[in-house]
Amino acid sequence: MEQTAMTSEGNVLSREPMLSVRQLVKRFGGLTAVNKVDMDVYPGEVVGLVGDNAAGKSTLIKCIAGVHQPEEGEIYFEGRRVHFSHPIEARDAHIETIYQDLALAGNLNVGANIFMGREIKKPFLGGLVKVLDEEFMLQESRKLLEQLKIHIPDFTQEIETLSGGQRQAVAIARAVYWKAKLMIMDEPTNNLGVVEQRQVLDLVRELKSQGVPVILISHTLPDVFAVTDRIVVMHRGRKVTDKKTSETDSQEIVQYMVGALDDNRVDA
Amino acid sequence: MAVAKGSAPQSGEPSKRGDRRRQLVLTLSRVWAWAFLGLLIAFFVITVPLSSNGSVNFLTVRNSQNILMAIVSVLLLGLGQTFVIITAGIDLSVGHMMSLASVVSALVLREVFNAGVPLFPAVAIGLLAALATAALVGFLQGSIIARLKVPAFIVTLGGGFVLRGVALLMSDNSTVIGLPPGVRDYGNESLMYFIPGDSGGLYFFNRPEVSGELVRSMDRILPYPVIIAAIVVILMAFLLRRTAFGRHTYAIGGNQEAALRAGIPVDRHLIQLYMLSASTAAVAGFLSTLRFTAGSAVIGDPLLMSSIAAVIIGGVSLAGGAGSIIGTVIGALIVAVLTTGLVMLNVQAFWQFIVIGIVIIVAVLIDQSRDLIVSRMRSGA
Repeated sequence: MEQTAMTSEGNVLSREPMLSVRQLVKRFGGLTAVNKVDMDVYPGEVVGLVGDNAAGKSTLIKCIAGVHQPEEGEIYFEGRRVHFSHPIEARDAHIETIYQDLALAGNLNVGANIFMGREIKKPFLGGLVKVLDEEFMLQESRKLLEQLKIHIPDFTQEIETLSGGQRQAVAIARAVYWKAKLMIMDEPTNNLGVVEQRQVLDLVRELKSQGVPVILISHTLPDVFAVTDRIVVMHRGRKVTDKKTSETDSQEIVQYMVGALDDNRVDA
Repeated sequence: MAVAKGSAPQSGEPSKRGDRRRQLVLTLSRVWAWAFLGLLIAFFVITVPLSSNGSVNFLTVRNSQNILMAIVSVLLLGLGQTFVIITAGIDLSVGHMMSLASVVSALVLREVFNAGVPLFPAVAIGLLAALATAALVGFLQGSIIARLKVPAFIVTLGGGFVLRGVALLMSDNSTVIGLPPGVRDYGNESLMYFIPGDSGGLYFFNRPEVSGELVRSMDRILPYPVIIAAIVVILMAFLLRRTAFGRHTYAIGGNQEAALRAGIPVDRHLIQLYMLSASTAAVAGFLSTLRFTAGSAVIGDPLLMSSIAAVIIGGVSLAGGAGSIIGTVIGALIVAVLTTGLVMLNVQAFWQFIVIGIVIIVAVLIDQSRDLIVSRMRSGA
């Protein structure tokens, strides 16, 4: 836990990246959505992935999460080459993706959502059948949310009666419980109130302090500057820069986003 | 500055009073069906004319058993349907499935018995044949729905027509008769018999050898079909409430995409649900064969609408995600009590349809207004 406090600077470089993307290409018909992108994510690092609409950032993370299959290039996870043909394969490798509202069943309570698809069972009638161990799942959920400093008044409430921020927190908590080794968050603060946005960002910091690397996609630059160690900017499918957050500012990042600056320009 | 999009609430903590008010609305919406059922029974107890000796006529042992017997088929059709509708699907073929199962179980029972198998094993084999047919039908329909992504409405509508045709073909456009006479007992006898008066008493398992006036006054308590339906109810409630299978059913109904991402084998699960739905319908068909000592190719056809009515009155949402087995039981009871009560009031039969139709619509209105009130309270309006 403590070693994660020293993520920035030299320590990062000395370690193996958790995720390495090399020369990744994804095309849709004639359109090259992702064009020879390299990207590394180190343990305990929060990387911001920014860019204008259609810059290719969502396509890139969907390739990492197994939703899309890239045409060219390689993805290494924990040092091994991986090919995910389905999102479930990525999740089995402990790559968790948080989308706005896509990950939860609104009609189930907090515990049922955290254990969805991986329910804990106990024997019933002397082992004849297995039933849900509601007690255990509820206790585990309570412990987990306490540990992540998430406050939810009633655990037996259906998720849809919770606020957007609380739901997002439950989705993140679930990924933590199932030992996420890489967390991908696609616009996690969208549609949230100001207070709730701050709560979600606090959770990102909490994850970082627990050593879980995060890729954060966001349009909201202040959020990105508030929590990331490094910022990757994409423009029209290409990576145009990859900078330490401490060595840049939002004006410069905007210049990259609109294509006015480009570190990897080939012709120049 | 961070830009807040949308108009989401600024705080995740609703007030204590709002919490209590919302809880009240939720509780009310949960108990309304019970309350309505209670009111209905009270209404008919008061309005149904008293018998000649001045005692209540509606809430008698005999009438309660008649009502239970009357709901067996509708309830069984509704049990599997409950699972299917919780996942936002629908099975329009259950009525015809029941008919086909009645024909299949009658044919198989007859042939097996005629080949020299004793009665009880022959009856059991008839049930197995009906269930096997249901499993095949459910597997085919479920596969087309889940894997080929054809809407459940279409697949089970077409499937229902096919089943109807097959049932008529197999029964040679008529009723399957010639079953061993002992079959009748399985479908009509009871766990207990009660004869009021000095010479009467309570008898278990075996029908007392009486005749004349005593037979007419004898009440059958818990006929076997009711007991079998009750066992299926308990099994289904257990499956839905206590097991991972049931939890996955709710998860798929709540958010199919999330269920898929959580690793639930959604396609396989949906196929299993359509097999389950056909199977409870097959039990209904089998029981009707026992009851009438004959297989009928049309017995279940008119019951589809009533079974869906029971499920919806019981609080299962067609949008998926909500519902319970006990709700469907109450829904079936409401339909049966309404029907029986109106008949006993000598109301023309057509009024039953009108009343049941209105009850369905009001039931859904109540569920919707609950959702509306809850979401209003959440957004603090």
